[in-house]
Amino acid sequence: MPEAVISVKGLRKSYGELEALRGIDLDVRRGEIFAFLGPNGAGKTTAISVMEGYLDRDGGEVEVLGEDPAAAGRDWRGRVGLVLQECRMEELLTVRETLEMYAGYYRRPRPVDETIELVGLAEKADDRAGRLSGGQQRRLDVAVALIGDAELLFLDEPTTGFDPSARRAAWQVIEGLRELGKTVLLTTHYMDEAQALADRVAVIAAGEIIATGTPDDLGGRRDAASMISFEVPAGDADGIRVAVAGEWSGANGSLSLRTAEPIRSLHELTGWAIANGVELERLEVKRPSLEDVYLELTGTEAGS
Amino acid sequence: MSGAALVLHQFRFEQKVFWRSPAAVFFTVMFPVIFLLLFASLFGNERIDSLGIDAATYYVPGIITLAVVSATLVNVAMRMVEMRESGRLKRLHGTPLPTWVYIGGRIGNAFVVSLLMVVIMTLLGRILYGVTVPTETIPALLVTLLVGTFAFCSLGLALSIAIPSEQAAPPITNFTVLPLYFLSGVFVPESEIPDGVLAFASLFPIRPFFQAFLTAYDPATTGAGFDWGHLAVVVAWGVAGILVTMRYFRWSPRQG
Repeated sequence: MPEAVISVKGLRKSYGELEALRGIDLDVRRGEIFAFLGPNGAGKTTAISVMEGYLDRDGGEVEVLGEDPAAAGRDWRGRVGLVLQECRMEELLTVRETLEMYAGYYRRPRPVDETIELVGLAEKADDRAGRLSGGQQRRLDVAVALIGDAELLFLDEPTTGFDPSARRAAWQVIEGLRELGKTVLLTTHYMDEAQALADRVAVIAAGEIIATGTPDDLGGRRDAASMISFEVPAGDADGIRVAVAGEWSGANGSLSLRTAEPIRSLHELTGWAIANGVELERLEVKRPSLEDVYLELTGTEAGS
Repeated sequence: MSGAALVLHQFRFEQKVFWRSPAAVFFTVMFPVIFLLLFASLFGNERIDSLGIDAATYYVPGIITLAVVSATLVNVAMRMVEMRESGRLKRLHGTPLPTWVYIGGRIGNAFVVSLLMVVIMTLLGRILYGVTVPTETIPALLVTLLVGTFAFCSLGLALSIAIPSEQAAPPITNFTVLPLYFLSGVFVPESEIPDGVLAFASLFPIRPFFQAFLTAYDPATTGAGFDWGHLAVVVAWGVAGILVTMRYFRWSPRQG
């Protein structure tokens, strides 16, 4: 198993009466893309701020790249790249100038043009940052995080406010980081983002980590029951319920069967349908999505 | 990069941003030029008997004071608030760049712009109004300018801490300096200002800086032109600004 780049034990932080973090344990290994999921106000940014060295903790142990971020010096800062939740870049400098400026702060920066290429801003290299769209400005922000060629990157909600195509582009950039061998800790409240990018996910709610795992395993998702659904056939609907055993439910003119053995259930179901000459319109087999699991875990009605 | 090279690196980008910012160029460069032309043309030939110089000779160092305070205190305060509230200051704090390099680049920018304004004002005064160019007192002028740049940049940093948002930066900054320009005799010759008001203005740094600059600029001044008494007041304000800055400086925006 690769070494832990981030190791957190029992991390606590309060703002006055409010306990923002109530004892968090976390390990992020080298080369991993790790996603922090959670509703707004769950403590994602507080936790990441402690790991970035911006915020002092009240208790627990935190080690990032072998050092305590609260006491880390400039060499450590050179090994960590970050995208903050909100940051407007200097509007009066061009994309290239911005990166040249930040490159000067690091001992071994990445080549400026290559970095611009990596985030897909080559055509905008000589445009002032103030003229870029929101998504492009965020990509410039990511480029600044990459320019120091840091081994560990903190990305706090890197795609919030993006349109769908800008998000896809940003995902490609983050995927590219995996190929560069970087370790990435990102926060998001988009399930599809975590599903698409993350090797492992931790769900945080009310200051506690309530589940950790791969996106496919989270909350026992791999073993969870599947749901087979189809439109209520015109003929004998009750006959199906009798013929195929299982946990049935119906809503909005469709029937659903919850089953731990989807292949067997499907076989029985389609066998019955063919034998009785019934068409099963809109037949679907679904496993619970990451979003379903997340909503169940966090107990929220709707994702944000 | 070494420390000095890094300051120069930062200074280059500070310069780019300054000259591309219409507000900074207008208020720091154009505004003083317009004021000098206005005041010196209207009152330039009047004699200020208490000082024994004509008004044009008085206004050149007066408007230089305006330009220097604008290039230093006003600019630094506005930029620092923008840097902090945009999240860039916090981001910068996350890089290996030493803080003093960043501040050094900004002060370097303020000094170069101030020096440029001294040259422009001096040339305008000489060409348009025949104001004598001081030559013997150049070291005193430079030292006064350096002391002023340091003090007013440090006060700009301190002031930026008290400003809660970008929207509040222009009114708070202007409200701080504009009354002092009037009370300190920058716009109105000091012979027109009651003694009590001048004494009050002398408690603040703009008036003593102006007096030190006027001493070095006055053709009647004999000797090297160092006005140590007034410079000491300016330095004291600068030190106070540093102490306040070191005690209360914030990297992060108010929200988040």
